[in-house]
Amino acid sequence: MKKLRLTRYGYGIGLVLMFTLGILAEQYDVVDELFFYQEDVVYLTVQHIELVLISGGIAILIGVPLGTLLSRPRFARIAETAMQSLNIGTTIPTLAILALSMSLLGIGMLPAVFGLCIASLLPIVRNTYTGLLEVPDHLKEAASGIGMTAQQMLYRIELPNALYVIFAGIRTALAINVGTVPLAFLIGGGGLGELIFTGIDLDEPFMMLAGAIPTAMLAILADIVIAVLAFLIVPKGVNPLRT
Amino acid sequence: MIKIDNLTKIFETPNGPVTAADHINMEVPEGEICVLLGPSGCGKTTTLKMINRIIPPSSGRVFINGEDTTGLNTVELRRNIGYVIQQIGLFPNMTIEENIAVVPKLLGWDSNRYKARAKELLELVALDPSVFLKRYPRELSGGQQQRVGVARALAADPPVMLMDEPFGAIDPINREVIQDEFLKMQQELRKTIMFVSHDIDEAVKMANRIAIFRGGRLVQYDTPDDLLAHPKDDFVESFVGDDRALKRLRLVQVSQVMEPVAVVKPSDSLQTALARIEEHGYSRAILMVNEKHQPIGYVSRSVAQTTKGLCGDHYFGLKATTSPSDDLRKVASLMFNHDTTWLPCTDEQGVLVGRVTQQGITHYLGATYQRDALNAQSPHLHQVNA
Amino acid sequence: MELLDFLNDNLDLILQLTAEHISLVAVAVGLATVTGVPIGIAITQNERAARIVLYVASIIITIPSIALFGLMIPLLSTIGQGIGYLPAVIAVLLYSQLPIIRNTYTAINNVNPALREAARGVGMSPLQRLRMVEVPLAIPVIMAGVRTAVVMNIGVMAIAAYIGAGGLGVLISRGISQSDPRQLIAGAIAVSILAVIADYALLWLQRRLTPKGVSA
Repeated sequence: MKKLRLTRYGYGIGLVLMFTLGILAEQYDVVDELFFYQEDVVYLTVQHIELVLISGGIAILIGVPLGTLLSRPRFARIAETAMQSLNIGTTIPTLAILALSMSLLGIGMLPAVFGLCIASLLPIVRNTYTGLLEVPDHLKEAASGIGMTAQQMLYRIELPNALYVIFAGIRTALAINVGTVPLAFLIGGGGLGELIFTGIDLDEPFMMLAGAIPTAMLAILADIVIAVLAFLIVPKGVNPLRT
Repeated sequence: MIKIDNLTKIFETPNGPVTAADHINMEVPEGEICVLLGPSGCGKTTTLKMINRIIPPSSGRVFINGEDTTGLNTVELRRNIGYVIQQIGLFPNMTIEENIAVVPKLLGWDSNRYKARAKELLELVALDPSVFLKRYPRELSGGQQQRVGVARALAADPPVMLMDEPFGAIDPINREVIQDEFLKMQQELRKTIMFVSHDIDEAVKMANRIAIFRGGRLVQYDTPDDLLAHPKDDFVESFVGDDRALKRLRLVQVSQVMEPVAVVKPSDSLQTALARIEEHGYSRAILMVNEKHQPIGYVSRSVAQTTKGLCGDHYFGLKATTSPSDDLRKVASLMFNHDTTWLPCTDEQGVLVGRVTQQGITHYLGATYQRDALNAQSPHLHQVNA
Repeated sequence: MELLDFLNDNLDLILQLTAEHISLVAVAVGLATVTGVPIGIAITQNERAARIVLYVASIIITIPSIALFGLMIPLLSTIGQGIGYLPAVIAVLLYSQLPIIRNTYTAINNVNPALREAARGVGMSPLQRLRMVEVPLAIPVIMAGVRTAVVMNIGVMAIAAYIGAGGLGVLISRGISQSDPRQLIAGAIAVSILAVIADYALLWLQRRLTPKGVSA
């Protein structure tokens, strides 16, 4: 009974809120004003997505092998130190990373992609490393017991079993990446940040919203996409979402 | 005293209502331990937890010392009932002292009083207060933790205690020790205790009365000896086990089966010994005692028949003795160990008081079964499922 | 060493901006703790409410901070507070909800059921149970949530310089707009050091606040 009422209240409040927003939007011609920036929005959205895909893709391509490498026994000695510095690295604000990247590489797409890469690399490396280390010993023992080589064990046993944790890292990385992409504009990397920052500078609320709304939506969308991917790609037997 | 009146619990599940406890009626007299026994899912734990309303009853009433608890405030009720659970549940953020003092604190005792109480209780459960008071639960072994669990339950001196498989998670060796200590403690404290177990041996050892549950119903409620001697139906019989007669050994004391015994003195002749052996129908030997009437050995029939002289020059040393308070399990074990069919019984001064024989034991256990066969209706003390 | 000279000349400014940065984050996360912990405790009572609250909080945290500022400015402009302190504090407050609520919720929910039963069995009322057992045991995890929130929001607050909230982001934004690497690097390094120090300081605090018998 109690639950039912709660939901009904929730829907009620949601409806009222949307209604009010709709009236407000109509009054201030929000829709028309926003469509004024339509061309810019489309162009910058494409650029925005490009930045995410390129920098995120590179981060995965570097991060997963790096994490795997660090998890191998012969790197055990440096791995702990490496992880500790990575953990410190994750506390560094992304704006600082971008700023430092700009002071190294100047202005443009390259420093933006580089900075984004660095910012999203850390969670991927860390989760790949811990995910692989957390694969239960008895699985590895069984694998070597049936005569698998180290390489076969990595591809057939360890990686599939660590995949869920690795995906969690990629998801975190993507969230950081998508959250940082709007800042890329500041160092000349383009993207939807252009509308937001310029809107703030010029005190143009509609310009600001024309950037902020698609940015927020892209972020939520990216999170959903990666969740769905994780759901589909991680093998059923080791996927907590699919039991 | 705990009295349960038509206590019932019906759980609503997605597959329809399930009756976990079905009109349970029973009474635990003051100062006794009642063990609720049965397979898992039989309703014993549900019944126990309805008494302090950890599980709220669907219907029925609980009386404690004659008072109907239905109207009582739940929190008040629980503070007056000691509660011990299998997982122990010591609060890891509190020291042992704070754990024991938790109820006194809730009751508003001043700090001197509850600190003294914590110390006293630790001593009672055989843990050194100077070592343990300031420690944290995780620094203790499982057995030590459960002693603290018992101490915590006793803190406010509740008249009634509920124990849910309290010793179930403790290794077998320590379990025996802690059970013995608990029984010793109970002799002094005389709490009214309800105790859930799934172990028939534990039940026989601990209980004044045993209640056997099955499928949410109370099947039989009897003293351990009666339960073992007269299981009410096939379920109870199979639950108590094929070796139920052996289990009864623990419940019977030597004094209950002790017989008078004829003796010789060292100064008696072997001829006298042989005469007494014949007179009393002893098959193999006769006991010899000293001037203080303490047994020191025996004279065997074969020696008495073939040799001349004094008993004091031709006797064999004693193998073992028992005391009247020993249980028959120990006696049987001694008999097997020493390959003998009887043992002398002595009091604390070692003075002979009688003897216990294999035949006597068998006869005692057998007699109750015979009585059972003769009386169609067994003389149960307590009404079950009225 | 141009950078060192710059640091030397502008030490006062850097310290002042650092203090501003800290106070902004402290106020916002402080408020977030005061709201988030009770919410986290409250939603342990209703699984459905918990799912909804955590879902909403997780959506909010996905929204990039500058976009959140962009969405709030037009709304807050209606009360004349579009730029500056208020939107920055509100954004940080919102972002901090997820780690704090989620950690409080899971920590309280994960308290061993046996302890909860023991607490009921000795006659603790629900509030006493919360105060004497559940919250003390949950503190390490709740503090971990606060720590996550602080570290994350030191970064968010740097971006808030663009909406005029002040703090160390000012150095970075000026450095970028004036193409002055000295200011830019000084700001970036100062804010990074602040984040690292805050992380360790809160870790220390977390260990201090953890009840003695619980710490690993």
